[in-house]
This record gives sequence, structure tokens and C-alpha cells, in this order.
Amino acid sequence: MTTIFGVPIQALLGQLLLGLINGSFYAMLSLGLAVIFGLLRVINFAHGAQYMLGAFVAWLLLEHLGIGYWWALLVAPLVVGAASLVVERAALSKLYDLDPLYGLLFTFGLALTIEGAFRWQFGAAGQPYATPDELVGAKNLGFMVLPIYRGFVVVASVVICLAVWLLIERTKFGAYLRAATEDRTLVQVFGVNVPRLLTLTYALGAGLAGLAGVLAAPIYQVSPLMGSNLIIIVFAVVVVGGMGSIGGAILTGYALGVLEGLTKVFYPPASSIVIFVVMAAVLLVRPAGLFGREG
Amino acid sequence: MLDLGAHDPVPMAAVAPAGPALLDVAGLHAWYGESHVLHGVDLNVRQGETVCLLGRNGAGKTTTLRSILGVVGRRDGRVSFDGRDLTRMPLHGPARAGLAYVPENRGIFAGLTVAENLMLPPKVAEGGMSVEEIHALFPNLKERRLSPGTKLSGGEQQMLAIARVLRTGPKMILLDEPTEGLAPVIVQRIAAALIQLKARGLTVLLVEQNFRFARRVADRFYVMEGGVVVDAFRSDEVEGRLDRLHELLGV
Repeated sequence: MTTIFGVPIQALLGQLLLGLINGSFYAMLSLGLAVIFGLLRVINFAHGAQYMLGAFVAWLLLEHLGIGYWWALLVAPLVVGAASLVVERAALSKLYDLDPLYGLLFTFGLALTIEGAFRWQFGAAGQPYATPDELVGAKNLGFMVLPIYRGFVVVASVVICLAVWLLIERTKFGAYLRAATEDRTLVQVFGVNVPRLLTLTYALGAGLAGLAGVLAAPIYQVSPLMGSNLIIIVFAVVVVGGMGSIGGAILTGYALGVLEGLTKVFYPPASSIVIFVVMAAVLLVRPAGLFGREG
Repeated sequence: MLDLGAHDPVPMAAVAPAGPALLDVAGLHAWYGESHVLHGVDLNVRQGETVCLLGRNGAGKTTTLRSILGVVGRRDGRVSFDGRDLTRMPLHGPARAGLAYVPENRGIFAGLTVAENLMLPPKVAEGGMSVEEIHALFPNLKERRLSPGTKLSGGEQQMLAIARVLRTGPKMILLDEPTEGLAPVIVQRIAAALIQLKARGLTVLLVEQNFRFARRVADRFYVMEGGVVVDAFRSDEVEGRLDRLHELLGV
């Protein structure tokens, strides 16, 4: 059997791929966090809850209305985005002029409330969500048997991240967003309705989390705590990539997912902490993050 | 003969143009936090005029422009533009009413290319300059259109800041210190561009420290000190006031 550093190449490639799947979620979630932070200067602690909501909306659509996965991919992000839009208008937007800590505390409280409500309603145990028929099965890649759905998730996340990146870097909306990230007041003095831009951006980031939640539903169980388990890692990813850096958040998400996978091969006990070790090291050497602007 | 104590009202009738003003500011007060910066500014600008605010650093010129737009902590007084009350508008209101702003620091966005900076402010009316016309007025902007905005020289950034609002079709431009920190040859080019824009009928309220530049482009002047207007005169009255201006401006 072929080995690299004493590790069978099959195991290595397998973990690489699993790391890439985790990294897909890290990338999508840290992208939304970075977009929201860049413009609103709010550290959105509700991001994990919005991800969980996306998965639950998909599950509820299927359980109660018989609406399947493909429609859920469209409907769930819209539901989560719309709910977040209301939250931003009604509450979060009132906190922008205060210390950023208030926004953080508010979203943290919101996350606890949403997760608490779902635990009370649905219990802490996970609900299974069936893989869509079209994506059931597995493909033998030679070095591992890859469930088709997981391959789909990796491709879908790359497409989603690329689409968001293009939206921000190549469209008029994105130009407003980037300019307002630098100087919100001036952009509004130019005649752009910046409060509305902030609302849409928050809804976009939250909708993205909801979409990631739908993609996650068939892989992980749909449970009220699925978001809070993941969000701490995602915060570490954003810190490593640099708060507010869009491309940095995406690349760091995939890279740290893969790094985590590799750690599982070479030194499994460290795999659950490796991302945090990297975060600590990056904070010491480059506090603004790998892709963040210094100062 | 005018007697100009620092806080005396200026006899506007002597210099104010006939006919309705496009921009009319009366009794404008402004505060940054607890600090009271403007103490009742009165000024007006008629359609097609270029009016210049003179005054030393800290006299309240930039604050006056910012207060007209609403970019201050608190303001009080009357600001009417094209018959509309700007004090009742949200921050994005004045631009949509046709009042454009070129800030003192130029406000070029580092994360946007020159072309993106140019296209950023939304069009507010027909009749703005086309990108071709802008490139004809400021050829450098065409050559550098794919560079990041802040990689331009100071002069080019100023041209971009002016060009950016011309595209939107404004009725009037608030222009804050366009020559600050620029080489004389660039100042000449900016002056030439302003004279060209004036010929097209654009209305401008200019803040300027460079009196020689201001003399070339302005029809009327206001002098500010301590947060109020202390003098007002037409450009043909400048000669008779040079001594007094030197004293007021420290030039």
C-alpha cells in the first residue's frame, strides 16, 4: 500500500475530502459573517442560529407541507433572510450608533433565544433529513467511497461563494457595499439609501447562513444546537482570515477545513483544537488576520 | 462703509443677488457633540453663480458645507435648496434633490477602482456629463480607470472627486478646498475645469483658502470667522478690500 509519512494515501485523500466538506460550511458561514461585519460593524453571534433556522425551515417544509429539498434550497434562505430583515429593522439598526458591543450582545441574546425556543419546541435531539433522491448513492473514487451528496455540497459551496464574491466585487450593489464599508456617511451623502443597504446586507448574510443550513440538513442532523456547535469554529476562521475580508474568509474557510482533516490523519487528538491553535498563532503574529488590512 | 464687528449681521441687501436663491441658508447653527460650532450662518447662492466661502482654519467653512448636507451632530436654522427644506430630509435626501458634495479629503474609496469610484454616486437627474465628456475634461482618469482609486496622485484624486459628482447631473456642487495640497500646475487645471463648468451653468459653493484661485473662479465671496459670516462682497469689489481681507484671512 502506498504511504506518505507512514500514512496510507487512501486515508490521507479521504480526510482531505472530508476536510473540504467541513471547509465548505466554514467558508459559506464565515463569508456571511465577514460581509455583515465589514459593513455593519456587527459581530453577528446569531449566525449559527440563522444556519440552524435554515435547516429547520427545510425540515418543517418537508414534514408539514411535503415541500422537498430543491424548493427548500430556495425558500429557506428567503425565510431566514426575511426574518433577519425584520430583526435588523426593528432592533439591530437602533444599536448602530452605540458601542459595537451592544450589537454583539443583542445578536448573542437573539441566538440564545432562538435556540432555546427550538429546544423547547423540538427537543435537543436531532431530526434526520433525507438526502434528496437525485443525490442518493455513492461513487467509488478509488481511494474512498464518496457519498454523492457530499460531493454536491462541496461543488455547491464553491458556486455559492463565487457568486457572492462576484456580487460584491463586480456589481453596482457590491460597489455600494464596499464603498459604504469605508465611509458610510459619504456614500449616503451621495444619495444612496445606506440604511436600506445595511438592512439588505444583513438579510443577505443571514440568508447565506440559512442556505448553508439547508445544505447541511442531510449530512448533519437537524437540531437546535447544530449552529452553536459550528459557529465557534467559524468565528475562529473569520479571525484567521481577517474580519471584513471577503476573499480571505472564503479561502480560510476551505483551508482550515482541510487542515483539520489532515490533522485527523497525522495526529487525531489535535484535530478538534488545531483551528484554535492557528487562530492564536495568527492573532500573535498578525492581529488583523491573514487577509485583513492592518490598522 | 461697512462696520464689521465679528458677530454683527452682514447687510446682505448690498450684495445679495436679485431673484430667488437656489440655496438659501439662514440662521444656521451647528454642534459637534457639546461644542457649538456655527452661530447663525446666513448665505445664499443663486442659480449659475460660483460663491466662495473664505476664512481662516477653524472659521466654520467646512462645517457650514457639512451642516447644509446634515452631516453634523445637530443643526438648527433654515436650509432651503431649490425651494425644498433640506433639514427635513434624511442624509441621502440632498443629493437626490440635486445637491452634490466634493469633500475636503476628496473621499476616494480605496476598495474601488477609478472607474467604480466615478460610477458610484447614483444619477439624480438627466443632463449630467457623460463618461466621454468627463474623460475629455480629465484625460488622466481614462488612462487610470482600472487602478485602485487611492493609487492616483492628489491632483488626479481631486479631478476624480469632482468628475464623480458631475456625472450625476446635480443642480449645484458643494466643493471643499479643491486646491489643498496640490501643485500650482494642477491648481491651474482645476481652475480651468471649474471655469468650463461655470460656462455650462453649474452652480458652485466653494470653500477655499487659496485666495488667488478663488478670485479666478468666484462671482461672490463670504468671509467667515468664529462660526458666522462677517463679510460679503462681489468679485468686482475685491480690489477695494484687499487690506481688510489680508487682515481677516491672514494671507
